Amino acid sequence: MTANLMKNEVVAARGIKVAFGAVKALDGIDLVIHAGECVGLVGHNGAGKSTIVNVINGGLSPQEGVVSYGGETSGHGIATARANGVRCVFQELSLCPNLTVNENVRIMHPDLKGWNWRSRALELVKKQLQDIFPGHGIDCDSTVDDLSIAERQMVEIAISFAGFGAPPKLVILDEPTSSLDAGLAAQMMAYIRRFVADGGAVLLISHILGEILSTADRIVVMKDGRVVADRLALELNTRSLVEAMGNVVREQEYLRSGAARSGSPVLSMAPRRGRGLAFEAYRGEIVGLAGLGGHGQTEALLDLYLSRNSNWWPARRDELAFVAGDRSLNGTFPLWSILKNLSIASLQDLSSRTFIDNPRENRLGLGWKNRIEIRTPDLENRILSLSGGNQQKVLFARALATTARTVLMDDPMRGVDVGTKQEVYEILRSEAASGRTFIWYSTEMDEIRLCDRVYVFREGGIVAELAGDEVTEKNVLAASFSAGEAA
Amino acid sequence: MKISSGAVRLVIPAASLAVLLAAVFYMQPRAMSYTGLNLLFNLAVPIALATVAQMLIMAVNDLDLSMGTFVSFCACVTATFLQASPATGILIFLGAIAAYAAIGVIIYVRELPAIVVTLGMSFVWGGLAVLILPSPGGAAPGWARWLMTSKPPFVPMAIVASVVIALATHFLIMRSSFGVLIRGVGGNVRSVERAGWSIVKVRAAAYALAGLFAMLSGIALVGLTTSADANIALRYTLLSIAGVILGGGEFVGGKVSPIGAVIGALTLALAGSFLSFMRISPDWQIGAQGAILIVVLAMRLFLNRLEKREKSR
Repeated sequence: MTANLMKNEVVAARGIKVAFGAVKALDGIDLVIHAGECVGLVGHNGAGKSTIVNVINGGLSPQEGVVSYGGETSGHGIATARANGVRCVFQELSLCPNLTVNENVRIMHPDLKGWNWRSRALELVKKQLQDIFPGHGIDCDSTVDDLSIAERQMVEIAISFAGFGAPPKLVILDEPTSSLDAGLAAQMMAYIRRFVADGGAVLLISHILGEILSTADRIVVMKDGRVVADRLALELNTRSLVEAMGNVVREQEYLRSGAARSGSPVLSMAPRRGRGLAFEAYRGEIVGLAGLGGHGQTEALLDLYLSRNSNWWPARRDELAFVAGDRSLNGTFPLWSILKNLSIASLQDLSSRTFIDNPRENRLGLGWKNRIEIRTPDLENRILSLSGGNQQKVLFARALATTARTVLMDDPMRGVDVGTKQEVYEILRSEAASGRTFIWYSTEMDEIRLCDRVYVFREGGIVAELAGDEVTEKNVLAASFSAGEAA
Repeated sequence: MKISSGAVRLVIPAASLAVLLAAVFYMQPRAMSYTGLNLLFNLAVPIALATVAQMLIMAVNDLDLSMGTFVSFCACVTATFLQASPATGILIFLGAIAAYAAIGVIIYVRELPAIVVTLGMSFVWGGLAVLILPSPGGAAPGWARWLMTSKPPFVPMAIVASVVIALATHFLIMRSSFGVLIRGVGGNVRSVERAGWSIVKVRAAAYALAGLFAMLSGIALVGLTTSADANIALRYTLLSIAGVILGGGEFVGGKVSPIGAVIGALTLALAGSFLSFMRISPDWQIGAQGAILIVVLAMRLFLNRLEKREKSR
């Protein structure tokens, strides 16, 4: 019995632990996928879905634990995974946009050697596209650049399912229907069922729960780098799935500033793309932007910023301050000292007759160093000498040191340890109490629960507004996962 | 029939070459002859080879600022070692190509900016060239001289060579698996890596091939000029980059066109002659050449915009 099971195993990951610095992405996870089944994988952002996918496809080596392909634990890496028939369709498009469709087939299938590979590649992808999406109408001779986003996704899916020589054993689909319309998504799901019936295995990740429930045989729910549920799809429904994703035990109560709504909104925005709800923020409020990552929250923040500030010529007095999410990309000046990184946004206030007043700059730096406890012996040290969490504190201080009354935050606490987070939450509370407004995009539920009011985003628009005691993990999850079929 | 974006990219370079050529013929009808065409274009052959070399580097999203000095170095080796003792000359060339491959690998593995590394290498190649040939001189190997001055029937050598270069590189870069891989690395490194290819090998091969074409450029140059000098090809760095861009290539994204690159090189060579025929004093020629470049590139941007607007509709 055991031997038989081992034989049917396509991929087994056992006891996998992966940590990025202080953040535990995977905390001892077991995931076994057998031939002839479709496993659905769900979980909120940061649950570790992408990390486990990367471990299975060989792109990431776990610090602990074993990955075995077909029952054998020989080697790990992209080449091993591919040799064992593991294919992956990633969330972001991973075709070469400058190449034609058949050239992309050549890249994805290194075995397609020899003369005349072009026509063989063309035949392969045409047949596969016809199989999955009958009547697709894609010109396989064109460059990927010239295709629409849905067409690109269809091509990528077809290339991954196409077998040259041996068909793939396991296809990992990370949000495969995110840019397909309902009809194409249904074709896709029907194909998955046929593929699985022929003995293939599929790992399906999707935020559309209806899709997962109707297609998968077994559903694995992840939370905080662990598997919290692993059950047959028949035993689950939308509600129980949302409950499994949430954390019912750890529902803490936070002190909310209550009825802070007074006067006219300091910031407002019409419904995005002409649907959903409008956005409003009042003085002294902490407004959360929730929902799954990449559903238009960052774009909304940028639009809010640009509504008060020209794209061409920065305003002389900033009403808004922005705390960037990706520290290294658009947050820190890596070659500068901590002090310079902190004071850059308030140089206008620190200078007299266009010269920077050094003593005042130092006073400002010291004040903030003590207030938010930046752990450094000297503010003249390079910013990169600080830990990630402390760098993030400096970026907070940069925004708070300005005279701006409203602070926009683009998921700034990514990869910050818990202690630092608590300290920053304290500061946010006291600043909000003194009349500042915070608009906070966060992918972490604990932070969303700190907010007075929360807008939940889905597919670029606001789908729900939760206020006060309605701000619970369950409500946010229910709003950010569409219950129905493909949207 | 739908026209592919690759074909659209070739329209502007081809059209600008045709316009320039028509203008030259109009001003100087005697250029419309076997000798005339050969004179107009023969210095374009080494430029075309250097442009193809630069294009290979740009196909993997890098930029080679040592192209000019490397071609000069190759020219010096051709005029001295390759002419006097061919075996030593070939060995030096093999070493130089290996060095190019190594540079490609180092840039990738150490995540260095290609511009900085190749700028540094430009001083190395320049210094080596001066060591080999401290003062202008040397002699062309007989076969190189014969090749560059041969007179095929009906069509002058310069045109034949350009067409051969364009077709050979088109086959290599646009049609072969190897070319697909190089352009794939420029387009999306991660997806190529995820498919199980070795990026190090692809980049090393791309750089080595670029070194080979730059070497051919140096040999062709000496074949035409019969002697070399350590500074003979310094202009080639910028000419080759301009040629790639003129020919419809782009700085990033693996979007290159070998036929376009050769046409771009011919256009640049012709622009010089055109300005001489216009009797513009040499003092103004460089500026005027820049103006031609700006006009052509502005046209391309305009076309790109039109295309984008069409697509978003």
